[in-house]
Order: sequence, then structure tokens, then C-alpha cells
Amino acid sequence: MSESEERKPVEVLRTPVVLDYTYSAGQSSSRHLRAFGKGKLLGQRCPVDGRVYFPSRGSCPQHGVPIEGEPVELPDRGTIVTYSVNRVPSENIDLELPYAAIQVLLDGADTILFHVLGESSIDDVHMGMRVEAVWKPEEEWDDSVANIRYFRPTGEPDTPFDQYKEHI
Amino acid sequence: MRDVAVVAFTQAKSVRAERDLNETEILIPVIHDIKRGAGLETKDIDFVCSGSSDYLAGQSFAFVSGLDAIGAWPPVSESHVEMDGAWALYEAWVKIQTGHADTALVYGFGKPSMGDLSRTLALQLDPYCVVPLWPDAVSVAALQARLCLEGGVLSEREMAEVAVRDRGKGKSNPYAQVTGDFDVDALLAEPTFVSPLRRHDCSPISDGASAMIIAAGDRARDLAERPAWIRGLEHIVEPQDLGIRDLTTSRSTQIAADRAAVGKDKIDVAEVCGPFTHQSILVERALGLGESVDVNPSGGALSAHPLMAAGLTRIGEASKRIWDGSADRAVAHATSGPCLQQNLVCVLEGA
Repeated sequence: MSESEERKPVEVLRTPVVLDYTYSAGQSSSRHLRAFGKGKLLGQRCPVDGRVYFPSRGSCPQHGVPIEGEPVELPDRGTIVTYSVNRVPSENIDLELPYAAIQVLLDGADTILFHVLGESSIDDVHMGMRVEAVWKPEEEWDDSVANIRYFRPTGEPDTPFDQYKEHI
Repeated sequence: MRDVAVVAFTQAKSVRAERDLNETEILIPVIHDIKRGAGLETKDIDFVCSGSSDYLAGQSFAFVSGLDAIGAWPPVSESHVEMDGAWALYEAWVKIQTGHADTALVYGFGKPSMGDLSRTLALQLDPYCVVPLWPDAVSVAALQARLCLEGGVLSEREMAEVAVRDRGKGKSNPYAQVTGDFDVDALLAEPTFVSPLRRHDCSPISDGASAMIIAAGDRARDLAERPAWIRGLEHIVEPQDLGIRDLTTSRSTQIAADRAAVGKDKIDVAEVCGPFTHQSILVERALGLGESVDVNPSGGALSAHPLMAAGLTRIGEASKRIWDGSADRAVAHATSGPCLQQNLVCVLEGA
């Protein structure tokens, strides 16, 4: 080995690291995800101030108290509280580019659902727009939020800003 | 120095594998119970510090979801260590010393059942020269045990006696996992697991969590009838290369114990975090514990070893002995890393 080779730092060292994990979504998320599999949207109510979390993760992240009690079933329609226009393809979303990524406040919920907007031009999407879920055919359902293919405009009058400004 | 005391402690029952709840859901009732027990709301707590490991959770920033358990809106002053909760306690104690907080909530949590713990722990070792060989954690501890046995530092019988002692005492601990009456001779008749270690020499793998509230001065006196005052707190680390260290003793525990002034007065109770029986012996010696000391009344790490919480739990268990008056002075120990690489010593007093 020449002197220059000896001084050359080792820059590549192959150490394959493989660790297998067995996950559980946990009690709250499992209930939420299984409800998707039945075409239902389940939230939970904070015992302190009654806010409805969708999804609930077992505790109120505001008050730090466990969320117990009956889940709250929510309708699959709501209001766009904010959005952005996406021009980057994603293998999980079968909408044509560009499309709007939206945050939907479901009627009766106090937290926001992330989803995408279909059957609408990006020129039309706006805050306050009323939308409803378009579900995949039932035989394609899984325990997943992706059972909803996208939301589409309902044509109802916009929700006034004051009614959702606390939820942005 | 400000007087700081442990005023509340809560823990989840350790279990081998919690299949139903995720890490945060294990933590939620523990945090809820400690706040309710102390009569505190999140807004009454000046600082929050946690200990957990993304490697156990198998995802980055896994500890952030733990914040849901404490209620972090409006935002709270918070920090996290990728270490046992005992080190989170150290950070919180320093925070209170600086005068930036009077009360702190500290917690540790882990769900090692999600992965293969013995392999995960191999990633603590030198990534260039050791990790490519994947020495599992039990084998690394077995190398240390072999050194101790061949060097005449301790015997297999002494190791079995630790298991019998801890798991016997653990019977009265409702949060413990592996407890019962065992016989030294019967244990020694068992085959080795990873030679020279037998099953009883190894702590169980436990999913669990624990939480603690500490407070300064009068705030501590408001919150507890007999606060467990932290009179000494120190942590010391040894190098990563196992070949550089003397594995037949725990020098870092000795130094930490000296600085925490363990030997200044009589110790009534000791809670030692020994993941393996021979390590418990090395730590007990390094702490200089006398014959009269009640060691591991909780059953210690051999009865339940919720990784990332087990060290904090030792300090919590020692504090309980101060609160109930059964001890005036206690020492608790936490460890981290292979073969007792890093050690924390905490001295608690009732006055």
C-alpha cells in the first residue's frame, strides 16, 4: 500500500442496520381507524371544555386529561379552513395536478382533518368553502383515512369566517 | 444551592408487552394521576422534562407525542433527554437551581416490547469497530460477568442471592413484573442462558412509565408533609470502549457517590438499578453500602425494568421511604449504557 493510500480516510463502511418493530396504533387511534373501515368518522370529547377532537389520541393535548367516554360520530361534511395548491405528484393521491391540499373542519368537530379537494378547479378553492367527502367504493375500504378519496364542494353558501376563526 | 425535594411519584405497572396501548397511552394515566395527587394543573408546573428513546419507539421525535399527556397548549417550558428519566430529573434539578423554575414535572417512558431490545441496545456501541459485529446486550453483560467471576470479584452464588433478595422483596410492589420466592440452590441448578448468566441474572424486559414532581423550598413544604430533599445528585460517565474501562468495578458510581456525599452519614435505604445481578453487586459496593442498609425494598430492576423509566423509578421508590418515615436518609442509583457505562447517584433526606 502506498503512503498516500494509507493516509486516505475510510469514507464508506457498510453496516446494515435492521431493526424490526411491531407497532400498535394504540386504543384511541385503533378505534378511530376501525371506524373509517365502517364508513364512520369518530371523534372524542374533552371532559374539561367539551371540545371534540378528531382524531382523538386518548388525551386532551390542551388540558392534559384522559379522554374517556362515548365517541362522537361526525358527519362527513365540513368547511375548508385553509388550503394550499400542490404541484408535486404523490403515489397515494390519484388526483390530476395541480390540486388543493385542504384542511377541513368537520361540522361538530373542533380540530382539523387534512385531506385533498377533488371535482373543483384550483381557481375556485377558498377558505370557508363547504365540502363533503367522496368515499371510495366500499369493497376497497381499509381501516384508513384514505377510504375518503377526496372532498368536493357542496355548493352551499360559505361558512362565515367568524364561525371557524378559532379553529385555524 | 436551593433546597429541592421530591414531592410526588407515580408509575405504571410494568408488563412484558403492552399490546393495546401505545407509548403515550401508557403515559397518560401516570401523568394524570401525579398531577391530581399533587393537586397541580399543568399551568402550576414551571418546567417539564422527560426521558425516552426514539430507538425503542422506532421513530424519530417519538417523545413529542408524549406531550399530549401533559397538555402543552398554551405552550409549556419543556425539555427532553434521550436517556433514563433520572437524567431528566437532573436537568430539572439544575433548572430549579438556576432560579428559572420552582416546580418541575419529570417523567420517563418506554415500550421496548415493540422491538428486539437486545439488538437495539447494540447500537450504543462503537459504530465503526463494534456494531458491525452486532454484539447483543446480554452477551456484552455476560462478558463483564465472566471477568468478575474469573477475577474472583464475586461468585455465581452471590449473583443468585441478589435475584432471590430483589424478587422476594418485589412481591410487595404492585407495579413489579417478575417477583416471587426463589431458592439460591435451585436457581444455581438452572442451565446458563448466555454463559455465565442464567435467566435469573437478567432483568425482565418491561413496558412502563413513571413520573415525579420536584419543587424548591417552601413550595415543596406546601406539596408534601415530609418532602424527600435531594441532598446530593451527581452523574458520571465512562468511555465507550469497553476495553479501556475496568469492568470489574464501577468507578463512575464511586465518583458520583463521593460527590453526592453518600458516605457522609448513615444510609437507611438504597434503591439500585442493576440490569444484571453482577451489576447490582458492583454498584452496591461502589456506593459503599453497609450491612444494615435495606437494599431495593421495591424489588429493584430485577423485578421490573421499564427502560428509560427504571432509574427515575429507583429515585421515586427511595423517596417513598422518606415520605412514610421508614427512612431518614436514602440513596438511589440509575444507570445507562453497556456494562454500567454511566451512573447517577441521588441522596435523599427527610430533613
